[in-house]
Amino acid sequence: MLIAQDLTLRLGRRAILSEATFTARPGALTSIVGPNGSGKTTLLRALTGELAYEGSVMLNGHEVAQTKPWRLAALRGVLPQATPLSFPFTVGEVVRLGQQGGLDAGGPDLSQRALARVGLGGFAGRMYQELSGGEQQRVQLARVLVQVWEPTAHGAARWLFLDEPVSSLDIGHQLQVMQIARDFADAGGGVVAVMHDLNLTAMFSDSVALLAKGRVMAQDRPEAVLADALLSDAYACPIRVNTPPVAQTYLLPHAARAAAE
Amino acid sequence: MVALSEHAAAPTGDRRALARRVTLLLVLLLLAVSAASLTVGASGISLRQIGGDLLAGRELSLRDRVVLFDIRLPRLAMGMLVGASLAVSGAVMQGLFRNPLADPGLVGVSAGAGLGAITAIVLGGVLPAGLAATLGQYAVPVAAFLGGWVSTLLLYAIATRSGRTSVATMLLAGIALGALAGALSGVLVYMADDTQLRDLTFWGMGSIAGATWAKVLTAAPLMLLALAAAPTLARGLNALALGEAAAAHLGQDVQRLKSTAILTVAGAVGAAVAVSGGIGFVGIVVPHLLRLVSGPDHRPLLINSALLGAALLLAADVISRVIIAPAELPIGIVTATLGGPFFLWILLRRRTLLEL
Repeated sequence: MLIAQDLTLRLGRRAILSEATFTARPGALTSIVGPNGSGKTTLLRALTGELAYEGSVMLNGHEVAQTKPWRLAALRGVLPQATPLSFPFTVGEVVRLGQQGGLDAGGPDLSQRALARVGLGGFAGRMYQELSGGEQQRVQLARVLVQVWEPTAHGAARWLFLDEPVSSLDIGHQLQVMQIARDFADAGGGVVAVMHDLNLTAMFSDSVALLAKGRVMAQDRPEAVLADALLSDAYACPIRVNTPPVAQTYLLPHAARAAAE
Repeated sequence: MVALSEHAAAPTGDRRALARRVTLLLVLLLLAVSAASLTVGASGISLRQIGGDLLAGRELSLRDRVVLFDIRLPRLAMGMLVGASLAVSGAVMQGLFRNPLADPGLVGVSAGAGLGAITAIVLGGVLPAGLAATLGQYAVPVAAFLGGWVSTLLLYAIATRSGRTSVATMLLAGIALGALAGALSGVLVYMADDTQLRDLTFWGMGSIAGATWAKVLTAAPLMLLALAAAPTLARGLNALALGEAAAAHLGQDVQRLKSTAILTVAGAVGAAVAVSGGIGFVGIVVPHLLRLVSGPDHRPLLINSALLGAALLLAADVISRVIIAPAELPIGIVTATLGGPFFLWILLRRRTLLEL
């Protein structure tokens, strides 16, 4: 389990996050949504121990702020929004960096399988810096996947923390990446994802936390949280769900997914 | 080297085997340069003849013994240690700052170490007798180490905000720190008396020509410690290439990694500056060349940097001995003549990636 209670984070005097409470369970994909500047990424950074916080974050029974980095690395992988590299690593070398961190360090080389999983089979010899933004993001996902390759270890769940994992991807790869996260959860692992796209959130999540102005307005099943009143309030604009437009082209990822199945 | 780099784009992107072949080549290169360093010079001696003499159990001639054991061998040891230290500290610093332009000479660390050394020479007499006796001949390298350490710490604190190092800030702060250290050094030189001025002049000539066993033994412990610590940083520096946050998520204790890296750089640079007065460009040219050939993985990079740095400095030393023989050119002039154009070439190639 991941349980965050009374989480408060300040930057200078301003509270970025106020008394936030958030839970995620193994075997589920939990999304964090909210308008720009609502504290989504800050919440994720607190959950992963990257930022110091007031309150408590328990991951599989460990208080995150007091757990050694190497122990956390064996429990969870973290995908940042973007990862610029300072040196000319090949794609294969970047992915293998993940294997140094996890429990599978020293085991068989998983980089080829992870790259195939994110649709980049055959890219291992390419230079990372020469890839497009979307490809780089998927290489980083492969790196995080090899870190926590088995979704459970010693009877406990391992975790994926994803910060806007589909932000620079086309619709096909958005679905592919969300499906990877979904499969990880279905195999017993826990997934926490900061999301922008509310359609994908509705399609893939088991639980959604809606943030606004540094507070968690609601956390519940997607159909309960992604509702007219809550969304309109959080995003400060009138939103109506399940309402197709009249006489305009519209496109939903759900249709692509239905075709794939 | 050109033929080797074609293997870089292997389908798995794994350049570890290539890096191992480079290590082997560098060991051979270092052996060859060492042999040249022992034989070439104002007084030529033949390794073959000496080897023959030793095998046959004959006594070496006094001249050969003195040249070999009292002049050439300490010079060889000093050249290897200083070259390896400068190259490794360059590689560690570039990994720490996540920037291929970080070099102890460029960003003021050498100047800080120089200030430390000058302080020890000029103000050494002011130390309480007990402390001075304890430090003994180690006072200059220890002071240079402290100077290098403080300037690296300052530089890192100034140039890194929330885990990101700004290149522009790093270079500008390095220039400012270097200038400040230079000015303070100037003040100390102004205060120095005649004997101290003589010491300073010898120290500042910046060469490994005056190497003696006593000098080698003074600086070697610090350099060997730093060289031994460097490979333990390799994994951490690899992870750090992804940024501080991502390195922590990969299980690295980033704070400890950074302090160890800074101490390593300060130790290696401090000791090297204390005995050789600061030799430029080795720290930037060597790691860059190796990254071009076999990639930025720090595990082979740090070892290969030590080997190539040692070989390069010995080669420069041989050149400095023969080019205007029987006189000797200061080795700093040779490395700067080779390194300057190389550095410009890096700048031109990387211009678009620097985002200054």
